[in-house]
Amino acid sequence: MIPRPFELHSPDTISEAISLLKSKKDSKILAGGQSLVPLMKLRLVSPANLVDLRRIPGLSYIKEAKGHLLIGSMTTHNEVATSSLVNKKCMTLSETASQIGDQQVRNRGTIGGTICHADPAGDIPAAAVALDAELKVAGPRRRRVIKAKDFFEDILTTSLRREEILTEVKVPVLPPKSGGAYLKLGRGASDLATVGVAAVITLDKAGACKDARLGLAGVGSTPIRATRAEDVLKGQKLSDGLVAEAGEKASEMSNPSSDIRGSAEYKREMVKVYVRRAIGQSLRRI
Amino acid sequence: MVFLSSPRQIDLTVNGQKYSGRAEPRTLLSYFLRDELGLTGTHIGCIVGKCGACTVILNGKAVKSCLLFASQAEGSEILTVEGLAKGSQLHPIQEAFWEHHGLQCGYCTPGMLMATYDLLKRNPNPSEAEIREGITGNLCMCTGYVNIVKAVKAAAEKMASSPKIGSGELTRRAGKRKSASRPSS
Repeated sequence: MIPRPFELHSPDTISEAISLLKSKKDSKILAGGQSLVPLMKLRLVSPANLVDLRRIPGLSYIKEAKGHLLIGSMTTHNEVATSSLVNKKCMTLSETASQIGDQQVRNRGTIGGTICHADPAGDIPAAAVALDAELKVAGPRRRRVIKAKDFFEDILTTSLRREEILTEVKVPVLPPKSGGAYLKLGRGASDLATVGVAAVITLDKAGACKDARLGLAGVGSTPIRATRAEDVLKGQKLSDGLVAEAGEKASEMSNPSSDIRGSAEYKREMVKVYVRRAIGQSLRRI
Repeated sequence: MVFLSSPRQIDLTVNGQKYSGRAEPRTLLSYFLRDELGLTGTHIGCIVGKCGACTVILNGKAVKSCLLFASQAEGSEILTVEGLAKGSQLHPIQEAFWEHHGLQCGYCTPGMLMATYDLLKRNPNPSEAEIREGITGNLCMCTGYVNIVKAVKAAAEKMASSPKIGSGELTRRAGKRKSASRPSS
C-alpha cells in the first residue's frame, strides 16, 4: 500500500515549521511516523503536506531540572525506556515507554508524536495524565503550556491548534517514598493497550497512602484519570480490600467500547484486575 | 487539489556501498530499497508495520523500512540482509538459522535476521524471554517460533566464541567498501 502523493517539508527550525503549518492548510506534522505512516498507507489520512520535525535540532533530549524531567518531543520511546535518569526518577514513565509497540517501533516513535496522535489506547497518554505531565507548545504568536488533563479531548483529538507544535513534555519527578508502574494487557506482540494502567503511589512517614495517581488506557475516548479510585486510597493504610475497591471505582469511571480487542464488559473487568496489580507493583517498588 | 509531488534524488549508504536513487516523497524506504536499488532481500509482508519482514538497520538501529519514507533516510547508513554474509560465507546468525531450521517458507527470514542482529548487538547473551521480546516486532506464520528462538540462542553462542564478528562489524565493513553509485534509471 502506497500513500497518496504529498509534499514533504523538512524545516530546520520550529518557526519555519510553524510558518509551513500556517501557509499549507492541508498539512500534518510528521514526528516518528509510526502511527501516521500506517494511516497514510491505508489512505485513512491523506494530507497534501507533511512537515517533518526530524531535522529541527534540539527537540530530542532528556534532562532534569527543578524536580522535573524535561523530555524533548522528538525523543524516541527507546531513548525514554532505556534512560537511567527516567528509570530512577519516574519508573512509571520508563515502564510505559518500554511496553510501546516493539523494538523497531520504539526506535522511531516519539513521545511527542504519540501524545499528539492521542489514540485512547496509546500507552504514553495514560501515563501523561497519571503523572500530571505538562506539555510545552510552540505556536505562531506565543508559547504555552497545556496540562495533560486538558490536552486529550476525544479520540485522536487534542486541544493543540492546527499551527501549534508540541516541543517538550515536562513530568514531575516522583516524590520520596513513591513507587510507580505501568501494566498493560495487550493482544500479544506490538499492539496498543486493551487495558493499560499507569500508577504512582506515594506513602507518608507512617506508611499510609499520601498520594495516588492512576491513568487508564484503552477504556474511553481519551485516557482517563481514575480520580475516584485515587480518593479511595488517599490518606488510608492500604489493604487488599481498599486496593480492590479502587479497582472497582476505576472500572466504574471507565467507558470502554467493544472492539477487536475485547468486549466492553471484559475490559471493565480487566480494569479492576490491572488497577489492583498496578497498585501492588507500585507498592512493592517503594 | 492534486499535489504532484515530484521525485527527488536520495543518496545513502547501504551495506557499506554508496547509492543514489530517485524517490517521490511518498515512496517508502522498503520500496526504494527493492525497486530503485534492486535490493530485494528486504521483504514487504503487511501494510501496517506489524510483520517486521522489512526490518533493516538504519544508523545502527532496527527499524521497519515500510514505516518511513525513503527521503527521510537521505544520508543515512543502512544494513540490509544482503549485507550480512561476506561473499559465500554466511553471517553466524544466518548459519544458526540454517542449522536450526529457523524458518519454513522463509518470507519473514530477512526481517527476523535483522531483528536478531539488532538484539544480539544490544544483548549478546539473551535469555529465551529476552529473545522472544526482541523479536516481538517480527511475525512468522509458519514455525511457531520454537526453532527461531533456538537459532537466535545458537547465533549468540557462535558470536560469543568468534570475537571478530561483533558489534563493530558494520562500521568496520563500511570503511572498507568502495563507493559505487548505481546509475539511476
